[in-house]
Amino acid sequence: MIRLLAPLFALFLPLAALANPALEAVIAENIDQIEQPSRRTVEPLVAQIAATGPEGIALLQAWADRRLGLVDGRAVILNADSMTDAVTGAPVTGEARSLRPNSGVRGVIEAALAGSALSDPDPRRRAAALDSLSRGADAEGLAALRAALDDPDPVLAARKARLERLLTIQFDTDSAARVAAIEGLAGDVGLDFRAALNPLLATRRLAATEEPQANIARELSVGSDALPREAAVALLAQQGVLQPPLTRAEQRSRLAANIVDGRVAGIPVTQLDDQAMRDRAYDTLETQGAVPPAATEAEAEATLATYRFFETYAEPDPAVTDAAKAAQIRAQVRLGAMQGIDLGLDALSLASIYFLAAIGLAITFGVMRVINMAHGEFIMMGAYTGYTVQTVIADRTLSLVIALPLAFVVTFLAGVVLYRLVIRHLAHRPLETLLATFGVSIALQQLAKNIFGTQARPLTAPAWLEGSITINDVIGISSIRVAIFVLALLFLALFLFIMKRTRLGLEVRAVTQNPGMAASMGINPDRIAMMTFGLGSGIAGIAGIAIGLFAQVTSELGQNYIVQSFMTVVVGGVGNIWGTLAGATLIGGLSKVIESLNPSNTLAAQTFMILFIITFIQFRPRGIIPQRGRAAEA
Amino acid sequence: MTKLTKLLMMTSALTLAGMAHAQEGEPIKIGVLHSLSGTMAISETTLKDTVLMLVEQQNAKGGVLGRPLEAVVVDPASDWPLFAEKARELLTVSEVDAIFGCWTSVSRKSVLPVIEELNGLLFYPVQYEGEESSKNVIYTGAAPNQQAIPAVDYMMEELGVESWALLGTDYVYPRTTNNILDAYLKSKGVAEEDIFVNYTPFGHSDWSRIVSDVVALGAGGKKVGVVSTINGDANVGFYKELAAAGVSADDIPVMAFSVGEEELSGLDTTNLVGHLAAWNYFQTAESPENEEFITAWHEFTGDTNRVTNDPMEATMIGFNAWVAAVEAAGTTEVDAVLDAIVGVEVPNLTGSMATVLPNHHITKPVLIGEIREDGQFDIVSQTDPVPGDAWTDHLPESAVLEADWPGQSCGMFNTETNTCVQVQSNY
Amino acid sequence: MTRKPFILQNPSVLIVLAVLAVFTAAVTAGSAAYGSGVIPTSMVKVLGKTLCLALAAVAMDLVWGYLGILSLGQMAFFALGGYMIGQWLMYARTETIVAASLAQNPIPATPQELQDAVTNQIFGVVGSADLPLVWSFAHSLTLQMILILLVPGLLALVFGWLAFRSRVNGVYLSILTQAMTLALALWLFQNDSGFRGNNGLSGLQNIPGLDHVSQATLSVWFLWASAAALALFYVLAAWLVSGKFGSVVRAIRDDETRVRFLGYPVEGFKLVVFTLAAMITAIAGALYYPQAGIINPAELMPIASIYLAVWVAIGGRGRLYGAAIGAVVVSLLSSWFTGGRAPSINLPGYVVNWVDWWQVALGLTFVLVTLFAPKGIAGIFDWLGGVLPPRRQGRDLGPNDGAFQEAEAKA
Repeated sequence: MIRLLAPLFALFLPLAALANPALEAVIAENIDQIEQPSRRTVEPLVAQIAATGPEGIALLQAWADRRLGLVDGRAVILNADSMTDAVTGAPVTGEARSLRPNSGVRGVIEAALAGSALSDPDPRRRAAALDSLSRGADAEGLAALRAALDDPDPVLAARKARLERLLTIQFDTDSAARVAAIEGLAGDVGLDFRAALNPLLATRRLAATEEPQANIARELSVGSDALPREAAVALLAQQGVLQPPLTRAEQRSRLAANIVDGRVAGIPVTQLDDQAMRDRAYDTLETQGAVPPAATEAEAEATLATYRFFETYAEPDPAVTDAAKAAQIRAQVRLGAMQGIDLGLDALSLASIYFLAAIGLAITFGVMRVINMAHGEFIMMGAYTGYTVQTVIADRTLSLVIALPLAFVVTFLAGVVLYRLVIRHLAHRPLETLLATFGVSIALQQLAKNIFGTQARPLTAPAWLEGSITINDVIGISSIRVAIFVLALLFLALFLFIMKRTRLGLEVRAVTQNPGMAASMGINPDRIAMMTFGLGSGIAGIAGIAIGLFAQVTSELGQNYIVQSFMTVVVGGVGNIWGTLAGATLIGGLSKVIESLNPSNTLAAQTFMILFIITFIQFRPRGIIPQRGRAAEA
Repeated sequence: MTKLTKLLMMTSALTLAGMAHAQEGEPIKIGVLHSLSGTMAISETTLKDTVLMLVEQQNAKGGVLGRPLEAVVVDPASDWPLFAEKARELLTVSEVDAIFGCWTSVSRKSVLPVIEELNGLLFYPVQYEGEESSKNVIYTGAAPNQQAIPAVDYMMEELGVESWALLGTDYVYPRTTNNILDAYLKSKGVAEEDIFVNYTPFGHSDWSRIVSDVVALGAGGKKVGVVSTINGDANVGFYKELAAAGVSADDIPVMAFSVGEEELSGLDTTNLVGHLAAWNYFQTAESPENEEFITAWHEFTGDTNRVTNDPMEATMIGFNAWVAAVEAAGTTEVDAVLDAIVGVEVPNLTGSMATVLPNHHITKPVLIGEIREDGQFDIVSQTDPVPGDAWTDHLPESAVLEADWPGQSCGMFNTETNTCVQVQSNY
Repeated sequence: MTRKPFILQNPSVLIVLAVLAVFTAAVTAGSAAYGSGVIPTSMVKVLGKTLCLALAAVAMDLVWGYLGILSLGQMAFFALGGYMIGQWLMYARTETIVAASLAQNPIPATPQELQDAVTNQIFGVVGSADLPLVWSFAHSLTLQMILILLVPGLLALVFGWLAFRSRVNGVYLSILTQAMTLALALWLFQNDSGFRGNNGLSGLQNIPGLDHVSQATLSVWFLWASAAALALFYVLAAWLVSGKFGSVVRAIRDDETRVRFLGYPVEGFKLVVFTLAAMITAIAGALYYPQAGIINPAELMPIASIYLAVWVAIGGRGRLYGAAIGAVVVSLLSSWFTGGRAPSINLPGYVVNWVDWWQVALGLTFVLVTLFAPKGIAGIFDWLGGVLPPRRQGRDLGPNDGAFQEAEAKA
């Protein structure tokens, strides 16, 4: 539109002072509303402004883009470094107060502009207009869309066609056209299609003595699962047919209003601390006519018997609702399957995160029988390394490429130092090692707080990892999680390669199985232990970057994952990478399944998860894939 | 009995000693009870610095009642029982005349019995769930009707939200706020199935499932809005997942009650532009008082990048109200100050006045801000000051309650039965 | 059989009791309620709480130092004890308040109304209307007192039976106990579980029926109670580990398999000690939380139990007095350093602020103690008394090697 208007502006410029008096009048009249617009009331004003001609449209566009300002009560359009009067187009100087319409108002303006923007030469404007229409349209929008269905861009053309179908379902006046549109899309699981269908199928409950003149979904029988007796009584009370039952509080206050000489209906007040006595007192008062009669069971029963209960559609056309119902049923099975797949993806993603976090722990535990409580802090160190690199190197892709190996190196070194200084001296004392590494853990955590502060630090993914991979509206997963999954696979492959194909792997396996024998064959168990410890720690550093990319980088980052990592190792079985993989898959999958069963309470899911693990250990104390042979006895 | 008299004598002796001090222009002590270590340190340290800055400014103006102020800082280390211990220490050992402190509800509940037992005076500067009014506490943060209800009104009216997702961290503030909102939304005709509620643990990081649940709400064909009472760090993961799922503020606006300038600094906000927050103050508020405050803050901290936030404003209001009340009462004695403080008016930073109400809450304007790319907020709506309501009108049990300290000497007065339910607070 | 009396066999018990008595008397004399007032009430509360922690440490030492199970979930029992007494404290106090308020109504309340009002007071804050089932006994002090022993005892019994039966031990068992306390904490964090979620139970320092007693006096009473409990259970623990029972327990620590082959029911011994320790810890918790005033689920997060292990390790495990000393010294030092009272160290170019650096120092100290002084502080007493660790086979391997089994040492 702007491009179209530019020559127009050029034409009008010499006559600036005369330009568009109608717009000037509208602005002057509604200056308050332009300053403080509200979505509820702004629509007529927008229409008025739009009707004043191209300047009006330009003003609306600027308003929606937050480029409109006020200088001495005149509306001005703010450009990058200059201002022009919205009415005359003349340049303006002075202190402009920029206007900040909220997003609701902007939506209204955009919707008003959408009709004409649908055939704008700029494809981005056309796409934006489609977005605006799909957020909320009316019959007019449908007409405008139908007029602009042709599009040079095939993607936009397809979007327009689909949107036209959806709007037809909602706004067309011809029943047959709506049914045809519904049937054409039946079985589709798109969110927009379901959003168009569900309002058609929205029902309302109604009690009536005979069948009402409406599109009836079904008749309900009292006492069924769909309509328990209390619900029926409540509905009748709500419709004013039945007197609502007397509440205890009401009864008490009415009794209190009838105290005479310390007695209510002849019963001493002191005895009224009993519900039965209160009921008796109330009955007596009722017969005396001192209080209004309460609804009785018999009355309720009689009224229930005379009434029938219906569920009616808000949509009056039965042909449309029937078609919608059929389409919904067709979509149901597919939808269920897709939700299952989506859940599976989430589970897989969580499993890969747990796997990455636990793999290092599994290595050290498997080889040395040592639990490294500071493992979580190595994860944290990796994440902070990523953050530090990102503060130095602005380019996010490059910084990530540098941060990944750097995090490995940093945590590898930290692991080696920890091994040399502490763990080596506590060889064969697993419980002491556990405690000593815990000491390291609290020291490292506090150190991180002292260096980086307690606030969460940003570790942002490069642009190509932002966004998500979506199959359709149901199945989708963020790209960063896919990347983490790939990373986990990569490390699984790397680990297998090192263990099965390299000299180091051979030696590690030898030391794991029998350190004494390995030593007598010329392998230095101490060096091997150090190397595996470093390797495990290094992978923790990589895991730290992965976690930091989708969650928050804080000094407690490691702690949030450490217990789950322990669980993964313990459930999976020690000393076997496949065990760790199985453990991570089990824990990740199960947490997601429990979470989806009770979507309102994530905490409960975590509790049940841990309880499950504790029980699981009872039955398979050595994990899913237990270690066999001599090493298992150690 | 004799012990009791002994105790009484001792207290009176102490009071006398205190009076004797007062004449000599000894400093007036105020306590600062904010965590300087542990999980809450990041939020609360800022408030400690704010109080220190205010004390410095007041002393430069000549102090209070001609006496200088002295801040006694202690560290309750984000440990809730420790809050009670340190409060007792402040009141009995350091003998402070007022305490500025606490952030979380549970820390306030921990301190309450001690403050009430020893008749102290606490200024509590953080938005909270309401349902409380203590004789010894002045609540300068927002009650639900000064934040949650107006924010939801805004979403309903201005954004046209019809289907609601109430996401929160599992603790008392989100629980109570969501209960109130649930009742409020239903009273506005929102159906049960249009309200989705979810609670997550502190520091939650795996948001994929929850975000896709929220997106799936769109299948109802109604405009979906999220009301987030997610606390602290967990917001980072939540907003990242939201951005990754391509949820724009135009499709599903998120209104946050606990996300301010501080929290946003841990995030890349380019994908969050347009999402909302409701507070009583934003750093971008345009008023001369605010400019002055920001300048002083930057000067005090020596760092021009330090942001200001809502609880800092609330701390400032509480401090100024206390100073005004002490000047009016002519003494720092708690009961006299409490009598004087009701009705005190001090300017806030958004261009209006904050009045201390008989229910020990204050009047505050409600501001709605949209997140900008630079991590600050565009103020898109600002109301006139709203009086804080200690007991919400939207839950049946609290609707009949009110707090009126000067009138009824009661923080929990049942207007239906005309009785004081309890003078001390329920902790 | 001419065995020396138990006390004479263990002179250390007498010394501990004497020190405890002198300490209690000194604090009482310094308190505001019964003496000069040199020690402020807040300090009396801190000291009382520290005694409870010492008791928990003694129980931890039974499990770890003598039985060889590094339980990283011990504070779960501590907090459970606190929750059990807290339920009564909160319910009873609220009931008196509510009853007084309802009495102002013209019509007396029915029991149902009274209970509803109490529920509303306790749970209204966290948005619940019904009294949860777990509060069924909260109205009775006697029942809740029984629950203090019963609930943690049962939990320990069931958990222990499951774990010991399937021969889970060593590091696995430690991780499992940690999982147990985490699960419990997460469960308590939920509002739906009926323990007021993150808010926990508060206002516990106000004892129902003792409104006329000042906190200054109450704090001293609780100090006495805590000292008495510590004395009683210290003697019990010392008696337990000194006899034949103690020998078997230590034998299990040193070589479980061998003891089993000798025909002892190893699981039974483990269960008895584990459950007993859980109950002692629960009693310590029940005395601790009325002094602290508030209990919430953060109290039983795994970190708390690990700190308990740290105290015992620094104090010296395998020595009951070592555990007690460790708890007292480290917890008091911790609160002193984190309280912002400790003077900062001015290094050139950097100010070491103890609030920030105490945790680092503690962590490193702990590593050093584990590496170089495995006997902890108690090692000093051994050294002073000239006690040498016995090295003969079949006997106590001593605290140095005590926490791991011979089989592990040989591997």
